[in-house]
Amino acid sequence: MTLGKVIGTVWSTRKDESLVGAKFLIVQELDLEYNPKKSTVIAVDSVGAGVGEVVLVAQGSSARQTTLTKNKPVDAVIMAIVDKLDISHKENT
Amino acid sequence: MLLGQVIGTIWATRKYETLHGYKMQFVQPLNSSLEKVGDPIIAVDTAGAGSGEIILYVTASEAVIPMDVDMAPVDASIVAIVDSINSENLIEKFF
Repeated sequence: MTLGKVIGTVWSTRKDESLVGAKFLIVQELDLEYNPKKSTVIAVDSVGAGVGEVVLVAQGSSARQTTLTKNKPVDAVIMAIVDKLDISHKENT
Repeated sequence: MLLGQVIGTIWATRKYETLHGYKMQFVQPLNSSLEKVGDPIIAVDTAGAGSGEIILYVTASEAVIPMDVDMAPVDASIVAIVDSINSENLIEKFF
């Protein structure tokens, strides 16, 4: 999974009919110090994340492993809202 | 599988229901010379790895297999804790 922050929402009426009812959120990827990276991904929300919240995004075929996204053309899903992040190990080995 | 090092932990109480009870760790991907490669990712940890440990992790939908749920939106999970590595560019490194 990757760490990201919800920065917005995408609405679309003309879309694959199986996607009706899915909420598309814009997630900007973050590094470990919560600094925004360039890349953003549009992910289906499966946990009720709001704009501004730090979340985890699962991508690829794993994104279809929820009751909400099963058999749908979805390759990114928000599956957790981060409470705390603890980076304990700094150097390499 | 890929080599990695556990560098931290994530706490998330609000998450997809089949993920409850599973630890999620921050993993820095490494190559076989234990050099950092790419950005850290988050992986479900069913192996019980400690911070700093060298591990193997799997990606994509195979990541759900170590979990005893049939469906979970997970694209990386730790499957092994490495005892030692022996390769051309790394002679018998123990951890």
